[in-house]
Amino acid sequence: MDWFPLYNSLRIAAVSTVIIFFVGIFAAYYIAKTPPLVKGVLDVILTLPLVLPPTVVGWLLLRLLGPKRPVGLFFLETFGIKLTMNWWSAIFATTVVIFPLMYRTARGAFESFDMTLAYSAKTLGLSNTYIFWRIRMPYCRQGILAGTVLAFARALGEYGATSMICGYTPGRTATISTTVYQLWRTNQDGEAMKWVLVNMAISFVVLLAVNLLEKKPAKRGTGGQ
Amino acid sequence: MSLYVDIEKTLGAFHLRVKLQAEDETLALLGASGCGKSMTLKCIAGIQRPDRGRIVVDDVVLFDSEKKIDLSPQQRRTGLLFQNYALFPNMTVVQNIRCGTRREPDREKRRRETEEILKRFGLWELRNHYPHQLSGGQQQRTALARILVSDPRILLLDEPFSALDSHLRFQLERHVREVIRQFGKTVVLVSHDRDEVFRMTNSIAIMEEGVIRTQGGIQQVFAQPKTISGAMLTGCKNVTAAQPLDGDSVRALDWGITLKTPGAAGAKALGIRMHDVCPGEGENSCLCQVVEEIENPFSYTIMLRPKEGQAPGLLGMELSKERWNALRQPELTIHLPPESLLILDE
Repeated sequence: MDWFPLYNSLRIAAVSTVIIFFVGIFAAYYIAKTPPLVKGVLDVILTLPLVLPPTVVGWLLLRLLGPKRPVGLFFLETFGIKLTMNWWSAIFATTVVIFPLMYRTARGAFESFDMTLAYSAKTLGLSNTYIFWRIRMPYCRQGILAGTVLAFARALGEYGATSMICGYTPGRTATISTTVYQLWRTNQDGEAMKWVLVNMAISFVVLLAVNLLEKKPAKRGTGGQ
Repeated sequence: MSLYVDIEKTLGAFHLRVKLQAEDETLALLGASGCGKSMTLKCIAGIQRPDRGRIVVDDVVLFDSEKKIDLSPQQRRTGLLFQNYALFPNMTVVQNIRCGTRREPDREKRRRETEEILKRFGLWELRNHYPHQLSGGQQQRTALARILVSDPRILLLDEPFSALDSHLRFQLERHVREVIRQFGKTVVLVSHDRDEVFRMTNSIAIMEEGVIRTQGGIQQVFAQPKTISGAMLTGCKNVTAAQPLDGDSVRALDWGITLKTPGAAGAKALGIRMHDVCPGEGENSCLCQVVEEIENPFSYTIMLRPKEGQAPGLLGMELSKERWNALRQPELTIHLPPESLLILDE
């Protein structure tokens, strides 16, 4: 059995999760500080990819990144790089699709943060960077970890936008989900079954991890015993 | 002047207009909840920004809206103790305290200071515990140690005992008094508990709806609170609307009696503390009906209605158990000594 689709899916999911971990957290952190109206508008725009069909996201991405479209053409002419049809092209699709998952869970976690911790840290002279990484992030760790794992799982399962932007080339752009479709389409049910089982096993582990993260009793709060 | 505050801030329908000053002493801010006490502390610490005004601590201007000075909380070096202590839950006691030493560049000095304060506060054995493993008192000690090790210019204590059980309070109060004594600089204590304030401080400001009503020495303010809210906050439970009459007479409207007291010409209200109401004949005496007797652990509170005017207001009198057991009767003559009457002008 050729394990390339598994390897390819994992690296796409891993890279896009790392990107979205930072982008999602910083978006959540800074948008939480904006005035209500701006927050409302940005919130809708940033959550949109969660509810749009993946094919719509894929189409929009192709309009932007395709070799004859503004951004795609620029990269092709300046650097000689084609932004579509490479294995890493799928990262564009997955990052856009999983961004709202990370953004929303991180924002929820930040909103539950006890601001007096940040205030007292400031009066003690701790820098805002220190407060963010050493106090706020550990406090919100569970929510953010759950969001990360969920985003990774979603990235692993992305099909629609991925297949539009990088197609299906065995050994080059094939992912688990595009492989299953291809195998089914060509009547290789037995082969498809193997990948279905692989996919289910991964999803099972990931969801188990999310549940464990969420159910772990919170050791927070400063109340006495 | 170690602390000078003159600020204004509007937040929705709430207006804060605070003018305060203090030397190297402990100043209490006494007021009902929601009167702006905590917000005042937050303005001094730089967590809230006043709309205009000026804040100076130890000759350092922390905020001046005219000169466009607004130091960050980090630069202000104010030691603010939060009601819930705000210990970082992901850090142990020693890590929490180390957070207070990070302004000091010398690592060796940081380590030494942390160790010293841990020992001084009896936290050495607990240094590797997390906040959720500590009792309320231990949490408070950790929070105080963390603040003191950061070498603040001023200590701001926001209801430091409100999160504690009453039997713990007394003990911790003694500890905090000792900490304050050793600190030796300005301390602002926010509280709504007059007993606590009386024991802890020598100077007091009474706050009501965002405004300082009275400020002065603690003895003086408790003896002459001047305002109705001041009287109530310092524990005077008998307050009546008043109407000055000729000479030294004043009509206590809620009680339906006329009282003689010098200097009552401008009185809008009168007050008398329950333990200042005396049984028996004397100046300002009246016959009262006993409406209710309430038993306290070590005394009785007797609620009385003066018979003369049939006004709706009740007068409370506090007597020791033996005294009331000897006196108990359905109708009773009492007197209100003029020197005990509080003349309140608003």
